[in-house]
Amino acid sequence: MSMLNIFSVSGSAISAQSQRLNIVASNLANADTVAGPDGKSYKARQVQFQTQLMGAQGGDLSSAGVRVSTISEDNTPGKRIHDPANPSADAEGYVTYSNVNAIEEMVNMISASRSYQNNVEVMNTAKSLLLKTLQMGQ
Amino acid sequence: MLNRLTDSLNFHGNALALRSERQRLIASNIANADTPGYVARDMDFARTLREATGSPGGGVRLAPSGSSISGFGASAGGGMLTTTALAHFDGSTLEMASATSNDKLLYATAAQTNLDGNTVDMDRERANFADNAVKYEATLRFINGNVRTTLDAIKGQG
Repeated sequence: MSMLNIFSVSGSAISAQSQRLNIVASNLANADTVAGPDGKSYKARQVQFQTQLMGAQGGDLSSAGVRVSTISEDNTPGKRIHDPANPSADAEGYVTYSNVNAIEEMVNMISASRSYQNNVEVMNTAKSLLLKTLQMGQ
Repeated sequence: MLNRLTDSLNFHGNALALRSERQRLIASNIANADTPGYVARDMDFARTLREATGSPGGGVRLAPSGSSISGFGASAGGGMLTTTALAHFDGSTLEMASATSNDKLLYATAAQTNLDGNTVDMDRERANFADNAVKYEATLRFINGNVRTTLDAIKGQG
């Protein structure tokens, strides 16, 4: 029943994509946060995907799942806006915002949700095929 | 006598195992659609089935069991991969006698290249997945029909 492996392959992809969606959600939620008293603003995060072989013999190339290898932070400086009236402004009157690019995050979100749906569809197809296989000969 | 009844069942059994293997392969490609550097893989189904069942078009032979599905083609000796589509690499240099099934897989080249080196073409993979699912089900129906026919013959009822 080599098709049972599909569930672990697609399942790993689904969990990786949901982690990506989670990161996108926290990036979008923090899109407008400003730097605290320590001067450090929120940095956009991104997941890195990596192929994970998950064959029965511990390395069968034909069933390649996905895992999140690292979560990296974007180190580009956030935009600084001159706003001396803001309580978060620094000594020079500048407020540092997070470096989240909302457009990039929206694109990332759409891509993650499409990939998630694709994998759910793969699992549904595999499930119905397996159920029909179980009824073989009846 | 009995193997005449079961030979065609063996053939469809091999085809079914191969279809499920290909289904898994395509599922891996879809799962890795966003993985940087992942190279999509596929198999030449007709060629692999021919190797799994022995001589082309002739008598049907069951591939030796063991080592899961990577036993395809083990009975056929060292066959060679052919390129049937423009997107296939020339696989003639691959050693077919090796026990791992990895050697029997072809690399699919991307129709549109990607900056991150990923060669999964989602449209193609989804089409392949649906196509393979339908053919898997067709093979299942062949098997069911075969079993029913055999049972009818055994019972001797019309």
